[in-house]
Amino acid sequence: MAKKPHATPNLDALESGPWPSFVTGLKRLAKDKDAAVDLLGHLEHSYATKKGYWKGGTLGVYGYGGGIIPRFTEIKDENGKPTYPDAAEFHTLRVMPPAGMHYNTEILRKLADIWEKHGSGLIAFHGQSGDIMFQGATSENVQKAFDEINEAGFDLGGAGPALRTSMSCVGAARCEQSCYDEGKAHRMVINSFLDDIHRPALPYKFKFKFSGCPNDCMNSIQRSDLAVIGTWRDNIRTDEPLAKKWFAKHGMNEVVNDVVARCPTKAIQLKEIKDVRKGESISAVALSDTHALEIDNSDCVRCMHCINVMTGALAPGKDKGATILCGGKRTLKIGDQMGTVVVPFQPLQTEEDYEQIVELGQKIIDFFAENALEHERTGEMIERIGLVNFLEGIGLEPDANMVGAPRANPYVRTDGWDEEVARIKAKQAAA
Amino acid sequence: MAQAQAQAQTPMRKPKETGVPDNKQYMHPTLLKNLGNWKYHDRPRPGVLHHVSHSGEEVWTVRAGTQRQMDVHTIRKLCDIGDKYAEGHVRFTIRSNIEFMVADEKKVAPLIVELEKSGFPVGGTGNSVSMIAHTQGWLHCDIPGTDASGVVKALMDELYDEFRREEMPNRVHLSTSCCEINCGGQADIAIIVQYTKPPKINHDLVANVCERPAVVARCPVAAIRPALVNGKPSLEIDEKKCMCCGACYPPCPPMQINDAEHTKLAIWVGGKNSNARAKPTFMKMVASGLPNNPPRWVEVAAVVKTILRVYKDDARPWERLSDWVDRIGWPRFFEKTGLTFTKYLIDDWRGSRANLNASTHIRF
Repeated sequence: MAKKPHATPNLDALESGPWPSFVTGLKRLAKDKDAAVDLLGHLEHSYATKKGYWKGGTLGVYGYGGGIIPRFTEIKDENGKPTYPDAAEFHTLRVMPPAGMHYNTEILRKLADIWEKHGSGLIAFHGQSGDIMFQGATSENVQKAFDEINEAGFDLGGAGPALRTSMSCVGAARCEQSCYDEGKAHRMVINSFLDDIHRPALPYKFKFKFSGCPNDCMNSIQRSDLAVIGTWRDNIRTDEPLAKKWFAKHGMNEVVNDVVARCPTKAIQLKEIKDVRKGESISAVALSDTHALEIDNSDCVRCMHCINVMTGALAPGKDKGATILCGGKRTLKIGDQMGTVVVPFQPLQTEEDYEQIVELGQKIIDFFAENALEHERTGEMIERIGLVNFLEGIGLEPDANMVGAPRANPYVRTDGWDEEVARIKAKQAAA
Repeated sequence: MAQAQAQAQTPMRKPKETGVPDNKQYMHPTLLKNLGNWKYHDRPRPGVLHHVSHSGEEVWTVRAGTQRQMDVHTIRKLCDIGDKYAEGHVRFTIRSNIEFMVADEKKVAPLIVELEKSGFPVGGTGNSVSMIAHTQGWLHCDIPGTDASGVVKALMDELYDEFRREEMPNRVHLSTSCCEINCGGQADIAIIVQYTKPPKINHDLVANVCERPAVVARCPVAAIRPALVNGKPSLEIDEKKCMCCGACYPPCPPMQINDAEHTKLAIWVGGKNSNARAKPTFMKMVASGLPNNPPRWVEVAAVVKTILRVYKDDARPWERLSDWVDRIGWPRFFEKTGLTFTKYLIDDWRGSRANLNASTHIRF
């Protein structure tokens, strides 16, 4: 039995309604745990006064420099004593999930038991960087909780100016659009940089994210310093029985308006079967006895739309890999930045292919560590020094796939033009 | 003496630096068996995905909403359901939905009944409104302007039916963020704190708490400079320059940006990370000045619901919110939603002229 609950009229209002209520869950914890009783009181105080009352600090586990988010209460009486003493220390352990966030119930129960024993019993699946967030340990219990979580096979994630916990989509495990083994890449890359996760020493945070296709379900282009997004080089594959089945169900209006008209590069056309072209870059599939879809793959930008609409009837090709983009981030300080292409196509078939992502990651992290200003993300660094300097720094060749369009102003010194053209031509000739 | 004491202490346990665990040990056996070999999928009903492998094997996935911030009892309840119906395996989505995979179609219907009976709505697939990606807020963040879980609970109560149905033109992703850093991320519709007043500085504390050059460097508009205030080293703000982003507050808590009255909420629309159709887009601010009004944030919910209703009525199949606005144009977006276009929505940050209309493309 825990101590008497505080009055929480504001939070009580979040118990009604059909969506699962975190308040009801906290109240259940508060039956046994004083920390949950005081957390509810603490949160109610925020609701009543419309302000937050946690301050950070420095706290860690033995051997690591990061991964714990310390929280100390700022709600105190005139003598400096915490008003909610059992939630006065309410620290979070950020713990890296398995790629694709797969669990069995045995490990979930084990993690829940550990957190019931050493923490408040409140766990978030998952934080915005992908961590399992074990919230609400006292300073004393952080180490105890970590030791047991670590023995269960889990490790702390990143916090502060460090490599951060990563995320990957369900991908190859259950998605036909998957263009590589996202879980393999995720685990291989992150586990190559554990020192950069556990001992923060970078200019600022650095994030990898792994999406298996250009639908980018991990939102990697907007949220990661290095986004690995699956794609393919050969032709879209087709399946006539599934195409005919789709057409029988959806009809001509949907083919025209939802598939053909929505292709961003007009690479897909509806044709009478007799008019369908043949050629190396052409994919074609009959929809009926009279009509077919014809795709000119050399015009296709692998946007995924037609494949999303007609899944199975159309599918990514077999020459699979990823496009790698660098420098995505959200607002502060210079404004939103999308990742930009630094590797148009990285094959991902062999072990060596996957290792190349690790090598690229290492080069970029090293360059970032040496050249970024304090609290500057890779996107801001690239904005400051220019993409060309960045590419030279990490040893990548410029490529027309890296730009939306060539420069639109003359403010550049071009006195090395002839040598550069000769160098590129020689390289092309040698290839 | 000190050495003797150190020896007397129990040695600390060294961490096992194991990193990301191998997901294969936790993966549903049908998924593991068909890894990289899936052929296509369909959706027999909202909340259910049916995947077919090239091997002919099939798996049904039932997706349910959770509160994300879960107590251990809720986790155990979900595990009980997973043990009873889904061979003891689950996974979570990026939007904190839980997924139960079953290799036997007959288990789907009773699993759905059990989940909904236990209070977990089944849905969030395809062209539905999925669970809101969100942050920590007053519950646990050190710099929040508002709550996160509470805003999400209040909104999802209102959007419950849209989560359980697939009636939107295309999928709808929502996010909330409790400060302008926007940890919630880009979304079709996002609710983000918008500060309206410069920080209030506690000059007694700055010298002891803040690394002043770092704080000066953090300001996007160079509005902060070192100053001696009441004989103490502190910082001062050029309030004419300050655009109230709150960037100085995390490295320097005595520069309090939060305020019960002046911390407002803004609504942003049209963010899309997928490359499908148009290239990925950033979301745009379309409303601001909404009150931060716990416990149910009714004013915010009203705007979000209005935008969703208009989008649902007006967009064509497969148009994400950004695709829809591309077709109808911003003036008509404001006209149809009844939101007011103001001068504050005209970008004046670096590169802003790229956001202006440099053409005669105007819809009359």
